[in-house]
Amino acid sequence: MLQFALTRFISLSLSLIAASVVIFAVIEIIPGDPASFMLGINAQPDTIAALREQLGLNGSLLSRYVNWVSGMLVGDFGISYTYKVPVSELILARVWISLPLAVYALAISTLIAFPVGLIAAAKRGKTIDITIMGTTQLGIAIPNFWFAMILVLIFAINLRWFSAGGFPGWEEGFLLSIKSLTLPAIALALPQASILARIMRSSILDTLDQDYVRTARAKGLSQRQAIWRHALKNALIPVLTIIGMQFSFLMAGAIIIENVFFLPGLGRLIFQGITQRDLIVVESVVMLLVFAVIIVTFIVDLTYAAVDPRLRKR
Amino acid sequence: MKLLEVQDLSVSIHGTEILDNVSFNINESEIYGIVGESGSGKSMTALSLMGLLPNGSKSTGSASLSNTNLLKLSEEKMCSYRGNAIGMIFQEPMTALNPVQTIGKQVAETLIIHGQAKKKEALEIAREKLNRVGLFEEQFPLDKYPHELSGGQRQRVAIAMAIAMRPKLLIADEPTTALDVTTQSQILNLLKSLVEEESMALILITHDLAVISGLANKVAVMQKGKIVEKGKTNKIFKEMKHPYTKQLFSASNHVPERNTMAEETPLLELNHVIRKYKLPRENIFKAPQTFTAVNNVSFILKKGENLGLVGESGCGKSTLTRAILGLDELQSGEIFLEGHHVNAGKKLDSSLRRKMQVVFQDPFGSFNPRHKVGRLISEPFYLIEDRPTGDLLKNAINQALVDVGLNAEDAEKYIHEFSGGQRQRIAIARALIIKPSLIVLDEAVSALDVSIRAQVLDLLAELSNKFELSYLFISHDLSVVRNITDRVMVMKAGSIVESGDTQKVFENPTHPYTKELIAATPRLPENLTT
Repeated sequence: MLQFALTRFISLSLSLIAASVVIFAVIEIIPGDPASFMLGINAQPDTIAALREQLGLNGSLLSRYVNWVSGMLVGDFGISYTYKVPVSELILARVWISLPLAVYALAISTLIAFPVGLIAAAKRGKTIDITIMGTTQLGIAIPNFWFAMILVLIFAINLRWFSAGGFPGWEEGFLLSIKSLTLPAIALALPQASILARIMRSSILDTLDQDYVRTARAKGLSQRQAIWRHALKNALIPVLTIIGMQFSFLMAGAIIIENVFFLPGLGRLIFQGITQRDLIVVESVVMLLVFAVIIVTFIVDLTYAAVDPRLRKR
Repeated sequence: MKLLEVQDLSVSIHGTEILDNVSFNINESEIYGIVGESGSGKSMTALSLMGLLPNGSKSTGSASLSNTNLLKLSEEKMCSYRGNAIGMIFQEPMTALNPVQTIGKQVAETLIIHGQAKKKEALEIAREKLNRVGLFEEQFPLDKYPHELSGGQRQRVAIAMAIAMRPKLLIADEPTTALDVTTQSQILNLLKSLVEEESMALILITHDLAVISGLANKVAVMQKGKIVEKGKTNKIFKEMKHPYTKQLFSASNHVPERNTMAEETPLLELNHVIRKYKLPRENIFKAPQTFTAVNNVSFILKKGENLGLVGESGCGKSTLTRAILGLDELQSGEIFLEGHHVNAGKKLDSSLRRKMQVVFQDPFGSFNPRHKVGRLISEPFYLIEDRPTGDLLKNAINQALVDVGLNAEDAEKYIHEFSGGQRQRIAIARALIIKPSLIVLDEAVSALDVSIRAQVLDLLAELSNKFELSYLFISHDLSVVRNITDRVMVMKAGSIVESGDTQKVFENPTHPYTKELIAATPRLPENLTT
């Protein structure tokens, strides 16, 4: 197991290095000078020169890359051009919205998907299964921003249970903050839950057809016991993959939902960074997201090994 | 004493009749064989006794175990019978165990489910039961996972689970079909000793008459959902009153008619062939170790000869086949086909490749389901420079189909419209269409029922006479190899341990391993086979 974790850790580190090279290269490949690109076509030459100096664009390619990476390792992401504050501060403030939002949405999605998928599988072909399959189809088809607006219309404007957007800040109280993240989390979770429920269902159905479930039934287990004791753990293996992918998506993909709810999260930051051509912000946030995705993949890999003894040997 | 009494058991699934008035009785401590070909209803009979029929099934009649009608029991009550009063083991030991649970837990579960013991005590009993089936503590502690065991060992675990509650009746559905002959004989001996010592009755379901004849006191022969003949095994097999029983017998020991016409010219020549695999790294800092799958193999296959290659799973048969077909690079040694060097693993000259074709075991997995048969069998033409087109192509396809006993119209059909035997004929047509000199038959008849197998063997013999084909016949089934080959090689752990004229090797094996293999092969009693 330790062996497995170590191997995965090395591959994680290699992925991170590769990702940083790619992100660095993309910024470098952009035609023309990043400084003049950031400042627009009407910029004065001396302003550009000053920015070049500030961005550290005057060194060699290698030294710039090393500076960038070594800076990030100690938490120095550089200074945002538009906000004039360290990027690390910008990120830190926003990570505490995006991360809880992603975890919240994932928790909702998993809590819905597991029982729903399980019930649909256990009642294959019955009315409840058909209803669930139809509903999840709809859940996948509905765009989440539209669903978000409907949620705002019902729960914020008509019922006035929640506020329509914004985030009070964690210092205003845990419950209040969670409350303001609830509608966005639901809007994010719905399509994810629909996908996950369907995968859960088909994965359980696959395992129910396996020989070892038949063996379990021949031992005297009821259908329900066979699902709980034998099918479920095996069915979780493909489901875990999807959960990992969904978490990465929720971290990075909440741009639209954060805009609908005026949440100052990473999605909004990267969106603003792009529109204001603040390459330093874009570069740093993208790297951070890549880091999050790779870490999640690492955790999923470890969970695999915990579930499946066949993987521990590799 | 009567243990099980099955009366007029009929089963239909979604209206299709599967079993038709099946009746038989089993006494305590008796081995009862049920024999028949696939689709005859053997397994369905067992599953109806277990109450595990697929959804949409309806059963009528009765099946009384110690005077309780199993068919009338509620699902809840049936759960307390399964694994408790009736144990069952299945055909495929590789997948029969839960891969993410230890073997100890899985055996103990039977005891816990039936309230026989609490967890700790259940694990102790599980230890005893695993010892009972020959898996002892030192090598097989309770915390082993199924993937750490071989097929035979997994089947032993499955048996331990099935007998944990000391059931009165054990049902074994093709328990050894997926196993090697030596493992098969060990498992059959184990089942036999369990029946004797635990005073348990055994229903042994198999397609293999030889397995039944050596073991069962009584036998029922099934065909198309009916029992066509039943009674004491000796009597049934001696008298063979029913034509189907007779047919099964002659098919299982079928010797195809063929002329031996081996010339002296060598067709395929292997010189000191070595194939090594890199094993997965144990440790990222260690260099991966290598495994020698084929170790210094040399032989000559003469033109027109049928050469057999037998060995148990893992002995290197398939690796050798791949090497001969030029699919993998050799680590050492040379292969020649008609004097031309087979540059294995590199891009092989198509003129060389067209001289050898292969037929694989699985008649279901080896075709693209989205192509019509005509396209499937004409695929090897891509190996030819001037491939036929238009009418020429059509004629070639038709001829190949007719050669293997199918119709020209079949070219327009899809593969799912054919049975297993027909598919294997199509696979042979595909090999035949570019008139190769060598066909490698890799377990080509192993998945087929005995009567279909006999037909396919006849077809192979006929084609080899007609087109002067040579076969390299690879199989784990010694009796088939014995009946269709001129010469045989026995392979063990990557090396050929014995080779010679088939009849001589089978009658007078010299290597201990060959002797062991032949002794382990179940045989029909000599006096019955004529």
